[in-house]
Amino acid sequence: MPSYSEKVMDHFRNPRNVGEMESPDGIGHVGNPVCGDIMELYIKVKDNVITDVKFKTFGCGAAIATSSMITELVKGKTIEEALKVSNRAVVEALDGLPPVKLHCSVLAEDALKSAIDDYLKKSTGKGLPGFKPHDDHPPA
Amino acid sequence: MKRIYLDYAATTPTHPDVAAAMQPYYSDIFGNPSSIHSFGREARAAVEDGREKVAKLIGAAPQEVVFTSGGTEADNFAVKGVAFANQSKGNHMIISAIEHHAVSAPCDFLKKLGFEVTVLPVDGSGLVDPADVKKAITPKTILISVMHANNEIGTIEPIEEIGRISKEAGVYFHTDAVQTFGAVPIDVNKMNVDLLSASAHKLYGPKGVGCLYIRKGTKMVPFMHGGGQEKNRRGSTENVPGIVGFGKAAELAIDEMSVRAQHLVPLRDKLINGLKMIDDAVLNGHPEKRLPNNVNFCFKYVEGESMLLNLDMEGIAASTGSACSSATLEPSHVLLAIGRPHEIAHGSVRFTLGRLTTEEDIDHVLDVFPGIVEKLRKMSPLYKRR
Repeated sequence: MPSYSEKVMDHFRNPRNVGEMESPDGIGHVGNPVCGDIMELYIKVKDNVITDVKFKTFGCGAAIATSSMITELVKGKTIEEALKVSNRAVVEALDGLPPVKLHCSVLAEDALKSAIDDYLKKSTGKGLPGFKPHDDHPPA
Repeated sequence: MKRIYLDYAATTPTHPDVAAAMQPYYSDIFGNPSSIHSFGREARAAVEDGREKVAKLIGAAPQEVVFTSGGTEADNFAVKGVAFANQSKGNHMIISAIEHHAVSAPCDFLKKLGFEVTVLPVDGSGLVDPADVKKAITPKTILISVMHANNEIGTIEPIEEIGRISKEAGVYFHTDAVQTFGAVPIDVNKMNVDLLSASAHKLYGPKGVGCLYIRKGTKMVPFMHGGGQEKNRRGSTENVPGIVGFGKAAELAIDEMSVRAQHLVPLRDKLINGLKMIDDAVLNGHPEKRLPNNVNFCFKYVEGESMLLNLDMEGIAASTGSACSSATLEPSHVLLAIGRPHEIAHGSVRFTLGRLTTEEDIDHVLDVFPGIVEKLRKMSPLYKRR
């Protein structure tokens, strides 16, 4: 088991914004059971602002902590601002992740983008331009 | 917070009697066993005493025991040692799908050199079918390697039967007995074993020492070429304190084996029966043909590492077959081999008990663990969709 930062353990112990949402405006669903991480992220959007965000995650400590952190980072932000939150920003906010766990942060970014993609499809009929979730496996 | 150690299959605390037996061999009796002077002779006597004790535990002759740095080296030695020495007979080896990587990885290495390896499947409880072993043997087969008991799921294999088949076919038979050595009775002759691996730190001995039993007459190349120690089979100055400790641990195991099992089995069964009460809990491994100290479950819809972290927060040390942290993200090959789908294999937890485990420890696990699973399931997107 890798050793995690205090920040990671804090978000693992007390995940923020965990749960489901009634009638979300966008749902992101990424990952697969084969690699052992699945994230679902729900957003509520009002006047282009993410007013609420919730997540559910099946996965390791890092998967849960990155999910929790990204919800904190995007809550209250506009769609454009939220899209600028990268996996790197999530890792930094968590005071780092062990190298073998970096793919969890990529998954968290994808979960957010997937939710925004879903929201845009529902509200404008067009998804997030160029959005394509990463492969579930870490880059070679 | 009281810490509870339930990872005895990973390693055990050195028995105080073992540590005491080793102590003089660091600074007082420090000679090199190969030296002919009195200092060397004292060390030599200690090494040979250790060898006798280890041999006795498995019904072997002392000269058939070669000390190694541990179980991994013993497995490597067995596989590569037989492969390289018997190429005139053939290049085919048979192993099971649930072997420790210390056996399967050397086989992968040998495949690159032109050897052929048949990997036998196991059934849902992890058992190898001896009939499959028989069918897999060809005129080119030089080694069969099936572990005595699996380190993850605790299933004890039908070694005696596989040994008989190997003997009839005239093929060397190796068993990785790292988990059973000192825990269940072993008789290398009754079991028709030609090679057997063990590691001292799994039986309350020190780390850094193990052994390979090599039946007299077995054709092997040396593992280490060097000073001719261990009858030319493993060059390197003997780890005298380690060997003394291993010998003491073996001696204690002979004396206490049945007492230890009588202590462990009821605690193991209490833990199994308690964890079974959790919804969607699946026991891994054979219900009866099982190590006295092994409990392994998959809990559907949750991931192993997050369970371990929660247990660790409660002071409880366990292990998992989830490989969320491995580069491949592949879960345990053992759990996949017994037919667990990936997402369920990721949700495994192994508790392995030992001589210091108490009933209060087990009660505490049973108190806190259901809540951990429930908490994680509430977070799991897989759970709501069942």
